[in-house]
Amino acid sequence: MSVDPSVVRRIAHLSRIAVDENEVSRLNGEINAILSFVETLSSVNVEGIEPITSVLPMQMKKRPDVVTDGGIVDDILVNAPAREDHYFVVPKVIE
Amino acid sequence: MSELTHLTLAQARDALRSKKISATELTKAHLSAMEKARLLNCYITETPELALEQARQSDFRITQGSAGPLEGLPIGVKDLYCTKGVRTTAASRILDQFTPTYESTVSSNLMQDGAISLGKLNLDEFAMGSSNETSAFGPVISPWRRHSDPSAKIVPGGSSGGSSAAVAAHLCLGATATDTGGSIRQPAAFTGTVGIKPTYGRCSRWGIVAFASSLDQAGPITRTVQDAAIMLRSMAGHDAKDTTSVDAPVPDYEKAIGSSVKGRRIGVPKEYRIEGMSPEILQFWDQGVAWLKDAGAEIVEISLPHTKYALPTYYIIAPAEASSNLARYDGVRYGLRQAGRDIADMYEKTRAKGFGSEVRRRIMIGTYVLSAGYYDAYYVRAQKVRSLIKQDFDLAFAAGVDAVLTPATPSTAFAQGEQGSNDPVEMYLNDVFTVTVNMAGLPGIAVPGGCAANGLPLGLQLIGRPFDEETLFALASAIEHAAPKIEYPKPWWA
Repeated sequence: MSVDPSVVRRIAHLSRIAVDENEVSRLNGEINAILSFVETLSSVNVEGIEPITSVLPMQMKKRPDVVTDGGIVDDILVNAPAREDHYFVVPKVIE
Repeated sequence: MSELTHLTLAQARDALRSKKISATELTKAHLSAMEKARLLNCYITETPELALEQARQSDFRITQGSAGPLEGLPIGVKDLYCTKGVRTTAASRILDQFTPTYESTVSSNLMQDGAISLGKLNLDEFAMGSSNETSAFGPVISPWRRHSDPSAKIVPGGSSGGSSAAVAAHLCLGATATDTGGSIRQPAAFTGTVGIKPTYGRCSRWGIVAFASSLDQAGPITRTVQDAAIMLRSMAGHDAKDTTSVDAPVPDYEKAIGSSVKGRRIGVPKEYRIEGMSPEILQFWDQGVAWLKDAGAEIVEISLPHTKYALPTYYIIAPAEASSNLARYDGVRYGLRQAGRDIADMYEKTRAKGFGSEVRRRIMIGTYVLSAGYYDAYYVRAQKVRSLIKQDFDLAFAAGVDAVLTPATPSTAFAQGEQGSNDPVEMYLNDVFTVTVNMAGLPGIAVPGGCAANGLPLGLQLIGRPFDEETLFALASAIEHAAPKIEYPKPWWA
C-alpha cells in the first residue's frame, strides 16, 4: 500500500501537526518508503495467531479504587504556558 | 583528565568505603572533566551545585556509617528521566522549560542508594533515533575516532548517545539509559561500553518520558559488566505506580560476575547471518562463540525464523504507541505553545514547531496505521507477528537454550550525516539485531569484544530468558575476561 498527497494531508491533520504544502511531497516519499519497508508483513501467515497483549504472562495488578494523591494543584499548573488562578488557559473553544 | 575519573564504578565504591577518597573530590574530578568535554555535547544540563551538595551529604553519611550501596558515586541521567526541580527535555523543543515537580522511580531509587547526579544526558529526540543526530540540542560526538580519518565526527549511537559517550569519555562512572528497540545496546556497542536492557517489567517506567510503552525499559550503561550489575540492582524493583512493573525480588547481580558458565547452552541463531553483513562482523561473532566455548559453554545452532519481520513489526508498533503517547504535547499543560487562530490551529502549530522531523514522521506513521480502515491491516497484523517473534524465543528456551549470542550491531559506528539522510529506513537497520529482544520483552546485554580494523569498537549481544539477567551477567563477564581490554580514547577534546 502507498499513500498520496491528499492522504498525507489527512494524516497530518489527524496527528494535529501543521504541514506546509512544500513539505507534503517530501513526507509522502518518506512515508511510502516506510510503508514499503513494512509491506513484507503481509506475506506472513498469521492464521490462528492471537495479537500479543503482554510479553509476560502476568495479571494486571489492581488496587482499591480510592484517592491516593491530590492537593497538588500548584504542582500541576506550574509548567503551564498559560494559566489563571487554578485553571489552564486555552483559546476560546465555544463561540 | 584525572585518575579519579578512570576508576570503575566498583573501584570508586570500594575506595569511598575504605575512605581512600571522598565523594566530594570524586565529584569535582568529574565536573572538571565535563567542563573540558563540552565539545562532545554529552550533557544537555549540567547540575554541578546539586552534585556537590549531594556529595557533601554522601561524605557525611559515609562518616556516619550509614552509606547506601551507591553512596557518593557520580552518574549521569539520560534526559528522558523526569528529575525533580531539574529541567527535563527529552531532547525536544516541545518540552521547552518543563521542570518536573517529581522524580522518576528509577532515578529516585539510584539517589536513595546514594548515587550523585552530575546532570542530564543528551539523546535522540524522544529516544527516536540511532545516532543522537535527532536531538534538538545538537548531536553528541563520540570520543572514538577512525584510524583512517580522525577528523570525522563519529556518532555515539542512539538513542542513549549522551549516556554512552559520557561513559566512554569518563564524564561519569555510569549512566542511566532507556531501550525501546536497541537504544541501550546499540550505543554501548558503538562506544566500547556495556549496556543492559533488563526484562520488560524489571524496572519501573514511571516518570520516564514515554515513547512506546510496551517496549520501553530502563537500564544502565557502564564501562564494565560488574558496574552494570551494581547499577541495575539499584535501578530495578517493584513500583506500585507502574502496573507493568513486576513484583519479584531483585537478586544481587554482582554475585553473578565471574561465576562459571560451564555447561551453559548458548544458541547461535542462523537467521542473524543477514545478507550483506561484513565479513569482519561475522568473524567477530565467531570469535565470541569461541570465547564462550573456551569458558566451557556448549554452543548450539538455533532457528528464530521470524527474525526478519522484527524490524518492520517494530516500525508499526513503536510509532503507533508513540502517536498515542505524544498526543499529550498540545501546548496546554506544559511545554511550548505556539499561538493559533483557534484551539485546533494552536495544537497543530505547536506540534509542528515543537517536534523535529523524525518525531513528526513517526507520529504520522503511527496515526496512519491506527486509523480507521488500516488498523487491522497494519496494527493488528503487526501484533500477531509480534506473537510469532516471541514464540521463536519461547521455543528456543524450551529446547534448553540458556542464552542467545549475536552481534550487537551490523556495523561499527558511522560518522555524522553518513546514514539516513535520504532514506529513513537506512538508519532503522541499525537496530536489526536488538529490536527482536524488545518485541519479546527479554533481557539483552551488549558487551564490548574489541575493535575493528578501523579502530572503532565492536559489541556482542547476549539475550536471556525472562528475569534471568544473572546468566547474562555471568556470560558477559566471561566474554569481557576473554576479549582484548578496551582502551578508551585519550581525551583529544580536552
